[in-house]
Amino acid sequence: MSSAEKTHTVSEEEFMNKRPATPEPQKNSSEASDKESDMKNAHLKGDNVTISYGSEQAVKNVDIRFPTNKITAVIGPSGCGKSTLLRAFNRMNDFIPSASVEGSLIYRDMDLYGKDIDPVEVRLRIGMVFQKPNPFPKTIYKNIAWAPQINGYKGDIDELVESSLRSAALWDEVSDRLHDSALGLSGGQQQRLCIARALAMKPEVLLMDEPCSALDPVSTSHIEDLMLELKKQYTIVIVTHNMQQAARVSDYTAFMDSGVLIEFDDTGTIFTKPSVQRTEDYVSGRFG
Amino acid sequence: MSTSQATPPSEFNSALERRRFTSSLFKNCCAFLSWLCIGILGFLLVHIFSAGWEWVSFDFLKNPPSRMPHKAGLFSAFMGTIWIIVTTACIAIPMGVCSALYLEEYARKNRLNTFIEINIANLAGVPSIVYGILGLTLFVRFLKFGPSVLAGALTLTLLILPVIIIASREAIKAVPPSIRLSAYALGATQFQTVFHHVLPAALPGIMTGVILALSRAIGETAPILMVGAVAYVRKAPSGILDGFTALPIQIYNWAREAKPEFEGLAAGGIIVLLVLLFTMNSIAILIRNKTQKAQS
Repeated sequence: MSSAEKTHTVSEEEFMNKRPATPEPQKNSSEASDKESDMKNAHLKGDNVTISYGSEQAVKNVDIRFPTNKITAVIGPSGCGKSTLLRAFNRMNDFIPSASVEGSLIYRDMDLYGKDIDPVEVRLRIGMVFQKPNPFPKTIYKNIAWAPQINGYKGDIDELVESSLRSAALWDEVSDRLHDSALGLSGGQQQRLCIARALAMKPEVLLMDEPCSALDPVSTSHIEDLMLELKKQYTIVIVTHNMQQAARVSDYTAFMDSGVLIEFDDTGTIFTKPSVQRTEDYVSGRFG
Repeated sequence: MSTSQATPPSEFNSALERRRFTSSLFKNCCAFLSWLCIGILGFLLVHIFSAGWEWVSFDFLKNPPSRMPHKAGLFSAFMGTIWIIVTTACIAIPMGVCSALYLEEYARKNRLNTFIEINIANLAGVPSIVYGILGLTLFVRFLKFGPSVLAGALTLTLLILPVIIIASREAIKAVPPSIRLSAYALGATQFQTVFHHVLPAALPGIMTGVILALSRAIGETAPILMVGAVAYVRKAPSGILDGFTALPIQIYNWAREAKPEFEGLAAGGIIVLLVLLFTMNSIAILIRNKTQKAQS
């Protein structure tokens, strides 16, 4: 890394630290910034990432950057390795005994697979929302309060529950039944609860693995609006099968096929004039 | 179906008549066998109650065993059984549940663990007298616990441990993996995931296994006979190293007596044992339903 880049990164870092107090300037600056500066401002990155299940490679030599405070969509046909890649970034593949991850995955100063890194640390900074809404079979309140409590949250838990539910645009619907079971919520509400639950841990990055695939269109649009709101504070990576969704919400799009990253560009370019024929075939619905 | 206006497609011979017959035949067979079981059980209960009910009284519970039928009671046996079963539960439940947790949540799937798994299933089928001999050798003689409550409880623990482990493992396996993943994704450690989410979700299933296992233990005679429970203990045990007798043994001894009154006493003892068993099961089922409700 050149010294010029280093200075730049540091200043970005400082900027990021002030971010919660002044979200507006960030937005303005991001509007003005072009792809190049976004890429420099990408703190979540993978270099030469290869992920195998046993002897089968699901992700092959992928180099990827996820720009900060942007939504990056990862698209591609089923089995192309996009979910596998996503899960590698908060070490969820650790639970698949045969899975092995090679290459370097970095978030800011943290080597995600470093020897001295506890996966719990990784997951505290990089949150995840799963494909199927998976609330705990407990009350709405406990679903959100649990993780902060076990991680020694010092603030007011009630407030945190409320603010998390507000951020996930769910507060108005559940404020009068916080102590009812979360399983009584609709699918879309459950998924927003799962988002609220992830937000309560104040992660810096939010990974979303097909978060809308089990939801109806109304719930889907709720969650998409929510994502656009959340990107002011979080870096979001979303894996999706829904091309319209990728086009609607994301700033950048990565197209993967057979474990290989075929193309990465800003979403407009991917969907209008991709440079690879295969990408064009896919986004125009000719295969996959 | 019966509206035979359209000609049925010739490629199919749906033979509905025959299939309906098979269907109802099977249903009736199942119903018959179920009622047969219930009938046999009912006959047994009626028989026992008619033979033993007159013997069951407060004195019967309070008196020590005696050679004179009208003075005989099963106080020492009753208390012995309570001591045994409580001690067994205290040892077997934590051991069984922790082993199941280890095998399901922590242990890697390798040959050694597969071997252990298969052998736990085998152990569940070992005759109880074999455990009795093991208990006699290991606990009574080698560890010098003597013919005590502790030796008896440890022997029964050996007997029911496989059942508890197998049932608990099944219950833990049935907890959806998504619950674990979401806990981990929120920055929980394995311990927190297991104790806050997996175990509570598996609890109803674990309880069912524990109920079955303890019900089996409470009625076992052979293993505790083997470790030296004796029929003529007049005092209830006052500690886990005291000698003891238990209800099944008391019942067995009465049933062997020549005087016909003792047969009535044996039936009375069976009633007490059954009531104790039902009470225990009801409490366990209540707890299970309560935890199940809290889960959903």
